Order: sequence, then C-alpha cells, then structure tokens
Amino acid sequence: MYPFKYHKAATVRGAVAILKKAEEPKLLAGGQTLIPTMKQRLASPKALVDLAGAGLSGIEQKGRTIVIGAMTTHAEVANSAVVQAAIPALAKLAGHIGDPQVRHRGTIGGSVANNDPAADYPAALMALGATVHTNKRKLAAEEFFAGLFSTALDEDEIVTKVAFPVPGKAGYVKFPNPASRYAIVGVFVAKKGRSVRVAVTGAGSDGVFRHEAMEEALGKRFNPKSLDGIATPAGNLNGDIHASAEYRAHLIGVIAKRAVAAAA
Amino acid sequence: MTVTAIGSAVRRKEDHRFITGKGQYTDDINRPGQTHAYFLRSPHAHATLKKVDIARAKTMPGVVAIYTGDDVAADKVGGLICGWMIHSKDGTPMRAGPHPILAQGKVRYVGDHVAVVVAETLAQAKDAAEAIDVDYGVLPANVDTAGAQAKGAPEVHSEAPNNTVYDWHIGDKAATEAAFKAAKHVTKLDIVNNRLVPNAMEPRAAVGEYDAGNDALTLYTTSQNPHVARLIMSAFLGIAPEHKLRVIAPDVGGGFGSKIFVYAEETVCVWAARKCGRPVKWTADRTEEFLCVAHGRDHVTRAELATDAEGKITGLRVKTIANMGAYLSTFASSVPTYLYATLLSGQYAIPNIYAEVDAVYTNTSPVDAYRGAGRPEATFVVERLVEAAAREIGMDPAAFRKRNFVSKFPHQTPVIMNYDAGDYKASLVKAMDMADVKGFGKRKREAAKQGKLRGLGYSTYIEACGIAPSQAVGSLGAGVGLWESAEVRVNPVGTVEVLTGSHSHGQGHETTFAQLVSSRLGISIDNVSIVHGDTDKVQFGMGTYGSRSGAVGMSAISKALDKIEAKAKKVAAHVLEAAEADIDFKDGQFTVKGTDKSVDFGTVALNAYIAHKFNPQELEPGLKEGSFYDPTNFTFPAGCHICEIEVDQETGVASIVKWTAVDDFGNVINPMIVEGQVHGGIAQGVGQALLESAIYNKDGQLVTASFMDYAMPRAHDLPSFDVGMTVTPCPSNPLGIKGCGEAGAIASPPAVINALTDALGTENVPMPATPQVLWQVIQRQSKMAKAAE
Amino acid sequence: MPTVTLTVNGRQVSADVDARTLLVQFLRENLRLTGTHVGCDTSQCGACVVHVDGKAVKSCTTFAVQCEGADVVTIEGLAKDGKLHPMQEAFREHHGLQCGFCTPGMIMSAVDIVNRKGAVDEATIREELEGNICRCTGYHNIVRAVEAGALAMTGKAPARQAAE
Ligand SMILES: Cc1cc2nc3c(=O)[nH]c(=O)nc-3n(C[C@H](O)[C@H](O)[C@H](O)COP(=O)(O)OP(=O)(O)OC[C@H]3O[C@@H](n4cnc5c(N)ncnc54)[C@H](O)[C@@H]3O)c2cc1C
Ligand code: FES
Ligand code: FES
Repeated sequence: MYPFKYHKAATVRGAVAILKKAEEPKLLAGGQTLIPTMKQRLASPKALVDLAGAGLSGIEQKGRTIVIGAMTTHAEVANSAVVQAAIPALAKLAGHIGDPQVRHRGTIGGSVANNDPAADYPAALMALGATVHTNKRKLAAEEFFAGLFSTALDEDEIVTKVAFPVPGKAGYVKFPNPASRYAIVGVFVAKKGRSVRVAVTGAGSDGVFRHEAMEEALGKRFNPKSLDGIATPAGNLNGDIHASAEYRAHLIGVIAKRAVAAAA
Repeated sequence: MTVTAIGSAVRRKEDHRFITGKGQYTDDINRPGQTHAYFLRSPHAHATLKKVDIARAKTMPGVVAIYTGDDVAADKVGGLICGWMIHSKDGTPMRAGPHPILAQGKVRYVGDHVAVVVAETLAQAKDAAEAIDVDYGVLPANVDTAGAQAKGAPEVHSEAPNNTVYDWHIGDKAATEAAFKAAKHVTKLDIVNNRLVPNAMEPRAAVGEYDAGNDALTLYTTSQNPHVARLIMSAFLGIAPEHKLRVIAPDVGGGFGSKIFVYAEETVCVWAARKCGRPVKWTADRTEEFLCVAHGRDHVTRAELATDAEGKITGLRVKTIANMGAYLSTFASSVPTYLYATLLSGQYAIPNIYAEVDAVYTNTSPVDAYRGAGRPEATFVVERLVEAAAREIGMDPAAFRKRNFVSKFPHQTPVIMNYDAGDYKASLVKAMDMADVKGFGKRKREAAKQGKLRGLGYSTYIEACGIAPSQAVGSLGAGVGLWESAEVRVNPVGTVEVLTGSHSHGQGHETTFAQLVSSRLGISIDNVSIVHGDTDKVQFGMGTYGSRSGAVGMSAISKALDKIEAKAKKVAAHVLEAAEADIDFKDGQFTVKGTDKSVDFGTVALNAYIAHKFNPQELEPGLKEGSFYDPTNFTFPAGCHICEIEVDQETGVASIVKWTAVDDFGNVINPMIVEGQVHGGIAQGVGQALLESAIYNKDGQLVTASFMDYAMPRAHDLPSFDVGMTVTPCPSNPLGIKGCGEAGAIASPPAVINALTDALGTENVPMPATPQVLWQVIQRQSKMAKAAE
Repeated sequence: MPTVTLTVNGRQVSADVDARTLLVQFLRENLRLTGTHVGCDTSQCGACVVHVDGKAVKSCTTFAVQCEGADVVTIEGLAKDGKLHPMQEAFREHHGLQCGFCTPGMIMSAVDIVNRKGAVDEATIREELEGNICRCTGYHNIVRAVEAGALAMTGKAPARQAAE
C-alpha cells in the first residue's frame, strides 16, 4: 500500500472541504472494497477522508419511503426491523452481502458509489426506483449508475443517503460466484401497483440493468410462470471462467423466476 | 496418575496454545535487527532477461541490499534439485533444466524470481522493487499440458527437447495388449485431473539469520521436513555445511505436501542474511502463494479397462501426460510415476497393467506432491473406469467391485506393490449399510419430484503410504532413504522427551506420539513432551508427508521405547535385587515374577541417573535411547467412500446430501484425530471435484490467483460426514498402523464424480464440476435426448 | 504520523502509526499480539478476525486509525482470569482445529455468531462461517465446536432456524 494522509470528517460539509483541498483524495466508508484495492496497490489515493464520524448512518421510515444513511452498514440494514417490515427483500439482500465481518463494516453508500457490476445493492436501487441523495442533488438510480464501476458522482460529491419507496412486493435472489460469492447473477423484482421492475446485477457487461421484457410480462401477471419463454440475449452479458454469457443468460431466467416466487 | 491408552480419543495437548493465540508460526518470529525481503517476480510466463538494472532501486529509502541471479551465480549457490531420478523407456535419465534460486537469463513462469530487495520495511522493499528496471524479451508461452510436446510448442528448457522430461513406463505392455485383444468389453475414458493450489492457510514464510561470531546460519521456515531442507541446502546449494546451518520449522499452519519442498524464497532469505549481515524475513502474501507454491495434480490421461464375459477385469492400460510446470520441484518426478502408476491396480486383482507417463515442462508454476500425490490421480482413473465399466456391462457397480476385489493376501500386483493386508469387501459392505444404499432408489424418486437429479457414487480406494523400505525406493530412483528417527530421553524424575524426525503441521503428533509413550511406559501423557522441527535438537529425520508419521515415525519411537524398556528392566533388576530375566514391566510397574516386589517407572528412571545401585562397568548410567526405523513394506490403507449428491437441473448446482466413509487404517492411536484427518481430506477432495481449479490463460497468466477466483471449499459447501472404520492391522510395522493423512483426499474425487455421472446419466463429467460445467452437461444431455426422439 | 488510542483486550494503548497501518499489523507488529493471523490479501479467509466494539471484523481490512477510541478484543483477550472462554473450550473438546492457523479467527467469528444469533443450528453455522476458510478440518468438527460453544454460552439448544 502506498502512503496517504488520513482525515476524519465530522460533517459532510467538512468532508467536502477536505475533498476539495487534499491532493488525490478518496472517501473512506467501510473500507471493504477500498482497503483490499489499496493493499494490492491498485488504488493509490494520497488522502483518505473517513466518513465514519460524519453522521451519515441510520435508517428511518418517512411515509412510504425508507431512507438509509450512506454509512449504514449492511448488517444494520439486514437487522433493521423497519426494513424487514417494509422491504423484507432489501433486508435479505443486505444480509447476504459478503460475510458477517464484511457486513459489519461495509456500507450502502460505499457499495452504490463503487458500483461493482457484481454487487447486490445496485439491483435493489434500480428495481425499487430508489433515489440517491448526495450533498449536491438527488439522483434517480438510473441516472446514478453509469456503467462498470462508475457513477454520476462528481469528484467532490458524497452520497448521503438512499431513499427506497416501499413496494407492494419485492424479491431478491442471488446466484453467487463459487469463489468470491459476489453475484454471478442477482435479480431483484419489485411490484408497486401495476408496475413491475426487474433489475439484474452480476451479469451485464455494462453493470446493473433493467429487464424490460420481464417487466412487461410480470406487469401483466406477477407470477413466475409469466417468465416462461422469455430469453435474455447473451450478447450484452459478461463471460468469465465461472460463467459464460450463455450460462448467465440462462441463469437470469431461472433466478428471476425464483425472485418472483420469493417476493413478499 | 492416568495412562492414556492407545485407541483413546484424548484431547490434543497442543491445542491450548492454538486456541489462546499463543502458537508460534514463522511469521510470528521476529529477530533483532530484522530486515524484510520482497521478491520482484516476473509478470511474464516466458521471457529472456535482457536487462535487470537495480541502480536506481538501490538508492531508494530503506534499501539494505538488492540481489539478482548474477549474485547467486557469483556466490556459486547451486540450483534447487529434484531428488528422485526417473529414467525414460530407453534408459536415459530424465532431462532436467537448471532451477536457480534467482532467475538467470530467463524467466519461465509468472512469479519466477527476478530479484530480491532487502529493506528496513516491507513497504520500502516493495517500493524499491517497483524501481528495478527490467527489460523482458517476451517469448511465447507453453501452458497446455496435453499440447506441451507438440511440434513448435515453445521450449521451456533447452535441456529437455519437446519439453519432455521423461517418457516412462511400467508394466507388461505385450501381455496387456493381449488382454485387451481378448477382452469381451473395453471401457475407455479421457480424464483430466485438474490442477490445484494447495493453499495451506498459513502462507509460506522464512526468517534467515546469520551469527557472524560462529559463522552459523539459522533458518526459520514453514517446512514439513526441516532436516531434508537442511540437507539439500547444504549438500546441493552450498549455503552452509550442515553443522553450521540450523533449520527450525516452528508451528506450521498446514502443508498438504506444499511445504515438503525446498523453495527459492527461503533459500534466498538464509543466503541473503549472511550476505547482508542482518536477519532477513519474508512472508508470502496469498497471491505469491498462488503463483509460486508448488501446485498439485494436472494430469491428462487416456485410460482403458478390459473385462471378460464374467465381468472380471483382465487388463488396464493408461497413457498419462503429467505437467511438471517450469522447473522440477523437489519430489516432482516421483509423483506421476512411482506414486501414481504403482497404484493403478486399486483394490482389484488385475492381471495385466501397462502405464505410460510423459512428464512435460510448461511455463507454469512447478507441480509437485499435494495431499495424496499421485495416488488421488491413480484412484480417480481406476474408480472412474470401474464405475463406468460396471454401468456399461450392466452390472451393479458394487457387485462389479466385489467380483474383482483382491481377497487373498499378500497380493502382488503387476505394478510393484505387494498388498499385505486388507478386507475390501468389509469396508464396502459397511459403508453401503451406513449410507442406506438400499433406500437410495426411493430417495432418488423423491428428489426427482423436486426437480433434482440424485446420484450415488462409490470409491473403493487403496493407497500406499509410509513410503517405504529405503533400499526399495532407492532402487526406484529416490535420492534419500525413507526411514524415520526417534530418540526417547527419560529424565531423572521420570518425565519423557521424545525427539522425532516427523513434523506436525496439524496432525497432532504432540498428542498421539505422547499417547504411545504414555501407554507403553505407564506414565501420564502430561509427563511426555514431543520435540520436533529443529535440526539442532533432533539429529536427523525425514519429516511428515505421505501419511508416514504414524506408520514410520511412531514405529521408530516404538523401537526406541523397546530399548528404553530393556534398559529400564536392567536398572529395575538392580533396584529390586532380582535377576533381570525375572523382571516384568506392565502398567508402569516393574515387578519380580512370583513375588509382590515392585517399583514404578519414575523410581527406576531416578535410579538410572543416580546410578548408586549398579556397577557402571556392567551398566551405563542414564536412560536415553534412539532408533532409526526403516519400514519393511509400504502400508496399504484402503476403504470405501460413498457420495450421494443432488443436482439442481435448472442451475447446475450440485449439493452433497450425504457422505459416508469407511476406512481401514489398521490400528488407530487416537480416533478423534484420525477422523479429523478424514474430514479434512474429504473436503479437499470435494474441493477438487466440485470447486477448485488453477487456470492459466494462453499467455501463462494465472487467472485464478486469489480466493476471488479460486473457489476454496467453505463450510456451507460441505455436509457433515459419516465416518466409520474397519480394522485389519498392518503386518509390516510394530504398531499395525497404516496411515490416514491422505485417504480422504484420495477417495473422495471419484466418489463425487461417480455420483454425478450416476445422477446425470453420462460418463462425461469433468472436474471441477462447477454449476456451469454441470449445466453444460445437462444441456448436452437434453439435446441428445431430443435428437434421439 | 497520526496517533491512535484504543483499548485492546482491556488495556489502553496509544501509538503513533503510519496511516496505512492495518489493524492486524498494529496488533501483530506494534503490540506483538501474534494470535491474529493473515491468510489472504483479498479479505476472504477470516484468519484475521477480531472484535471491534463487540463486532467481528476483518482486521486486515481495517486501518488502525479507524479504530480510534474503539474497544478491540483479540484471541489473546478471550480467556478471562485464566479461564478459557467456552468457545475456546469447545474447539478443543470437539477437535475443531488441526494446524491452528485459522483457529483464532474461527473462534472470534464463532463467538460473534452466538452473540448475534444465540443458539444456532448446523445450517446457520455453516452459512455464518462464510467469511472463514479452514483448509484442515473440512469444517465438520468446527461446526460441532460452534454448536457446543453456543450451548455453553447460552445454555440453550438451537431452535430450528430457517436456513436460506
Ligand atoms: C470478502 C468480501 C465479500 C464481498 N461480497 C460482496 C457481495 O457479495 N456483494 C456486494 O454487493 N458486495 C460485496 N462486497 C463489497 C462490500 O459490500 C463493500 O462493503 C462495498 O462494496 C463497499 O462499501 P464500503 O463501505 O466498504 O466502501 P469503501 O470500500 O470504503 O469505499 C468504496 C468506494 O466508494 C467510495 N465511497 C464510499 N462511501 C462513499 C460515499 N458516501 N459517497 C461517495 N463515495 C463513497 C470510496 O471512495 C471508494 O471508492 C464484499 C467485500 C468483501 C471484502
Ligand atoms: S487475512 Fe484473510 S480475511 Fe483478513
Ligand atoms: S486448522 Fe488449519 S486451517 Fe483450519
């Protein structure tokens, strides 16, 4: 790891000030992605701005919306009575990210800001139609995620919270990579009124994406059977040693059905 | 005082330090003035070193020294050796290229050692390594086991034309061909035994230290056999003469074979320590382990089995290409030959066997013994062939096995081995019972209702352990003898230290060896300590691998104990004022036949040292005895594992629903420890069958160089295991022990694949059978079924 | 160099550290608490697990400076007044270790599992051990040890839990 200067921010504003001033800074949330990357010398920020003291964690229900602070850990989301009651699929998703130790430190803000194409949260944000709040603006999930490991965030922009509208029903099923346990395919389905959204993570060569054909079919009838015969073209999917694009295309169909069946 | 009997599942003595965080592994050791080594490794699989310029790097902060292959050559440090000579069919010796500890002129795999930076901190060493200016002349890489000998394949060593280290064979070719001509049925399989990374959880590490006052070196290292490391470093590399080189292997966090070998890094640490006059420490990170530890397996095999009209096996024929990687590691050459082909008879009476093995160089990490070493590969060939043959000729696989089992002992196979004892039917029958094979049909139907394909697979394996009479292995090319040493020191108060050449890195020697002493001398296990892993304490030893610690290491202790007992009887005779012939020793008490006179072991020990009661002309004072034990034969653990598996048709995910193991390890000292060895072995075998695979791309980059891509078995990948035992004591050693360390890893891969092939209805299921692989198999099957309609 | 002050195994410690010092380095190198191990570079093996403010974390994926003011417990701090923690006892009793390298992390994770979930069944234990790799034991006896340790810690047998 290369050396860096460590800053601890007490507020979001303070963090922004350091971001503006410091040389090649990066935000530090749970560190569960950033630290391994730095250890392998794949990232070399000259300054880290720790958000741990910036007052960004917490979960609250505001009407029909669940608002989760950026520094809320995966474990806190998984165990939150509020989330479990309003969006059980989201609690379940958080409870299956990585392992217990990663969940104790990794945060929702770090996860969405990182936008790993195999991460779980992006699927939830897309399917639930979540809004990402930053210190500057509010962005719909679709605008926020901008392809592999990239987002709409500016250099000095900080995710402060993520707001999830409470769906009628939602389900998430993940098919884990046998080695890393990240998603090879993860499908989040959410039904709100008549509208159904299906988001797929792990598979797309451009990161998380919505599956329109499935959305249409499930909009007509929210039942696993509705997905019979809906193929996913392999052309835009990832292929690697663990799963070819064809296999991923196939899995999307299977996992989507299971997500619908699991929806609550 | 409680004696701990042989056969009792006493809890481990060594555990206290491990569960309290007080173990002492190599990386836990820090020496005053210590520096840190970092290796600059080749990013290319195959390249000439046109320039290695260390000038700028040398001026970087904290740098103590930087060494390259030139320094190694200037110091005349010898190359790493391969200690087992194999001859090709035409009688020529194997063709080995040089294996320098720092590359000279050429690098041959990704991770090959270009230079070492020694610095005050590891970070400084890394920084300086980045500043070394290397000009690589990149060459095409040769990574494909099966294609390594092809015309035009890049040549790894000029010493080995066509990348062929040897082409070796064993068995009677003509007789085997005749058997195949006469066969009623021939079963053919193409088998790839996937390449594995051992991944002991403790990465390799070393600390070298130089004592200038005495011109002596000490090396702390992660070794399964410190004496062998010292021998090689002294005799072949010329690091220091043996009496000036102390090798200490403290607590070692797992080995599985990978820590048998002498590696470049540890050698560099001890050599550099003298050169720079400071202790030099190196600890591999996991990526370095992936790249540079000796890998395991990597065979490509064509295998055939001939059967007659009665379902009797009449012949077996095998052609194997074994990947050696870029250099011959310490015992690499023996693995696909004498540890592999000699086991191709399995548990079966097979009259004719012929095996050909070509060992090839490639631009990949060296390959050497990994848990089982050759025997898992052999067992996979035999057990897959047997299962497939039974199905093809329409016989029940268990019945087919029973028909062909060896049932009379001793049994001479056509491939060297002489099986001394066993009851293969007994373990099969017991395992079938425990696995409720009878109820399998019903379970399969029920699974089918849930969309799951269920299969049941057997593996009736045999292995040869405790390698073996030194004369015999010597005649086969081994460069060392394979005996073991022991010294038993009885202290005046009757406590005992046992110095053993075996080495424990998880096997629990401190407990089982102490159990032997406790039960023999009638003293508490707490009064026995086992000393191992230090060449200054233990005179010599061959270390732990090949399931040899029990059968060979404990036999040596047993022999030394015989001598202790004999001498103690003499002392007791004086103490009890009786004739030596009248002394009996039992349960820690010396008694005089026909009297009630007795004295305990502790008192006799004390008397041996105070030496008041006997004439030193007749009897020397003290109570200390040593022994070198050379086995008279290999030992032959055997047994039956049954795997029941379920495959999710939609995703290809396989889950093991039930695992039954019945093993015959001969006599067992501590069943708790033995079962633990079985569990661990099964997990590694299941890993090979379902999860693990070291994959190089065509440029020779290791694609699976971290746990992110190399799937290690985790707790939820495995079931609990049903473990049972049968016992036929081993006739060739005093304790009747056969060895248990590798059995699980040997038995399990074919059990898994036999279960999967049963579930899926095709013999073509490669390892590792990942979800993707199984899904592809299911797709292929359903396409074929459709085409057939 | 930033100064970090934290409590380790009940003892307050303070040191000037390079910001890039990982908690595991701080423990092993500064405090010579070498019971916490390093088995990988990708935060997956769990050999390094310690408790920070009562929660299991991977000390290889945490900077020491992030632990300012925290209460850290390592394997060395688990036994109290010379008495082993019930989970340590359970690992010995059930032969939940062989080479011992993964063991400190396993035990720290196991204690954390029971702290969070109480008495746990086999399926839950296996799922919860996701972040801890053992190459020696095949997990069989680790699972037995955690079951027994959980029983000893809670006095309760596990209720059947839904293993998803
Ligand atoms: C072993 C292991 C397994 C894992 N498995 C999974 C898995 O199965 N599924 C999954 O989804 N993830 C997985 N992860 C990743 C984990 O969820 C991470 O926690 C997450 O991706 C990053 O969150 P973090 O809080 O740790 O962020 P950090 O690592 O601290 O930061 C990540 C990036 O986001 C930036 N950042 C952080 N917070 C903010 C913010 N508020 N605003 C703007 N930028 C910010 C940082 O600068 C950095 O670039 C795994 C990680 C590990 C180590
Ligand atoms: S060292 Fe492997 S997870 Fe921390
Ligand atoms: S006991 Fe050796 S890795 Fe777990």
